[in-house]
Amino acid sequence: MTTAFRAADPTQPPYDYPGYTSTIKRHPEQPLLAVPRELVEVPGVSCARGWAGPDITDLTAGGTGAPLGERIIVAGRVLDEDGRPVRRSLVEVWQANAAGRYIHEADQHRAPLDPNFRGDGRMLTDDEGAFRFLTIKPGAYPWRNSPNAWRPAHIHFSLFGSRNDSRLVTQMYFPGDPLLAYDPVVHSIADAAARERLVSRFDPDLTEEEWALGFRFDIVLRGHSATPMES
Amino acid sequence: MAVPSSSQTVGPFFSFALHHEHWNDLTAANPAGETIRIAGRVIDGDGAPVPDALVEIRQADAGGSYDDARFIGFGRCATDAEGRYSFTTIRPGRVPSALGLQAQHLAVQVFGRGLLRQLHTRMYFGDQPTENASDPLLMRVEDPARRETLIASRLPAANGVPEFHFDIVLQGKGETAFFEP
Repeated sequence: MTTAFRAADPTQPPYDYPGYTSTIKRHPEQPLLAVPRELVEVPGVSCARGWAGPDITDLTAGGTGAPLGERIIVAGRVLDEDGRPVRRSLVEVWQANAAGRYIHEADQHRAPLDPNFRGDGRMLTDDEGAFRFLTIKPGAYPWRNSPNAWRPAHIHFSLFGSRNDSRLVTQMYFPGDPLLAYDPVVHSIADAAARERLVSRFDPDLTEEEWALGFRFDIVLRGHSATPMES
Repeated sequence: MAVPSSSQTVGPFFSFALHHEHWNDLTAANPAGETIRIAGRVIDGDGAPVPDALVEIRQADAGGSYDDARFIGFGRCATDAEGRYSFTTIRPGRVPSALGLQAQHLAVQVFGRGLLRQLHTRMYFGDQPTENASDPLLMRVEDPARRETLIASRLPAANGVPEFHFDIVLQGKGETAFFEP
C-alpha cells in the first residue's frame, strides 16, 4: 500500500474530530493514499471565461428594502503560497442573516427570516487578488452538536485557485467573538496562529463614514500562481 | 512562504449559495466527445445516505487536455434527500503524465457537513480494464478491494447515453479510497 503516514498538519483540521459530532460517521477509517507528485498538479478551473455568472457583491440588495442588521464591508486578498495574487478566481460567500438564520429550508432555528436578505454572493478577484463585498453582520446561532452549543458569527467562503488541489472552503470569523473559545469547528485546527488567521480584523480604513464597518480577511491558497492566464 | 489558510466545513446550509441548476451538466457548450452520465450516492458509516454533501468533479476534455475553451472541465452537484448526485459530461481523454499515460478518470472532491476538509478521490471507468491496469495511480493502490472502489461500473445505456455508477462511501464497508489532500 502506498500509504504515507505523514505527520498531521496542525494548520489543517483532521477528518476525525469527535468534538464535532458530525465527523464521527463521516470520516474515512482507512489510511489516505499518497498521490505521486507528478499526478497532483491538475490545473484549477479558469474563471476568465465568465462561467460563474455576474458578480454579486452587494448582499444587502435584491429585496424591496434594506435588510435588518449591522451593515459591514468585507474585503481582502486571495494569495498563493508565494504571497502572489490569485487573479480572476471565483470567490463564493454565504451566511446567516443578522438574527442567525439561514434562508436554507433545513434551518429551523427559531429566529426570523429577513425577506430582504438571502445571504449569498459571488465575485471574481481582480488583478491584485482582491475582493470586496457589502453585507450584514451575521448573527450567532445554536446548533445541536452538544448541549447549548452556539456557532460564532461567521461567513462561509469557497475559493478555487491555480490548481485543483488549491480548492478551499473555509469560514471567516469576527474579532472579539466570545464564542470562538468554545467552538469545536474552530478548535479542530490545532495551531493557534492558524485559527487566528480565520478571524477577520476590524479595519478603520475600510470603514465608511456613517455607512458601514470594515473587516479585512486575507486568504492563502495552496499552489504557486503562474503568469496570469489569458482569457 | 505563506501558510495556506485552514479549511472549515461547508456546513449543512450551503446549497442556496453553491448549488446551481446546470452546474452538473458539462455538455452545455457542445464539447467534442462522447456524452455520458455519472450517478451515484454519498453514503456514511452507517450506510445511510448523506443528504447534505457537495460533489465536485474536475476532468480533461475528450483529447486529454485541461485547456479547452469549449469545455470547462468542472462540475458541481449537491446531493438530494437520498444522497444522490449525478453529472452529464463527456468521457475524458487519457491525460499524459511523467509516470505514464493515465487511464480516463475524473478528479472528485466531496464537501459536506461533518467534513472539516474536503475529501479527494478519483473515478475511473469500468469499461477500460486494460487502461486501468496500467494507470500510474491505480497501479499504486495495492489492495485490489480498495482499487475497485475507484472504478465506476457501466450500466446499460439509457436513451443512448452510457451511464456509470459511482457511490462514494465515506466510512466503513466498501469505504472509498481517498487520497491525501
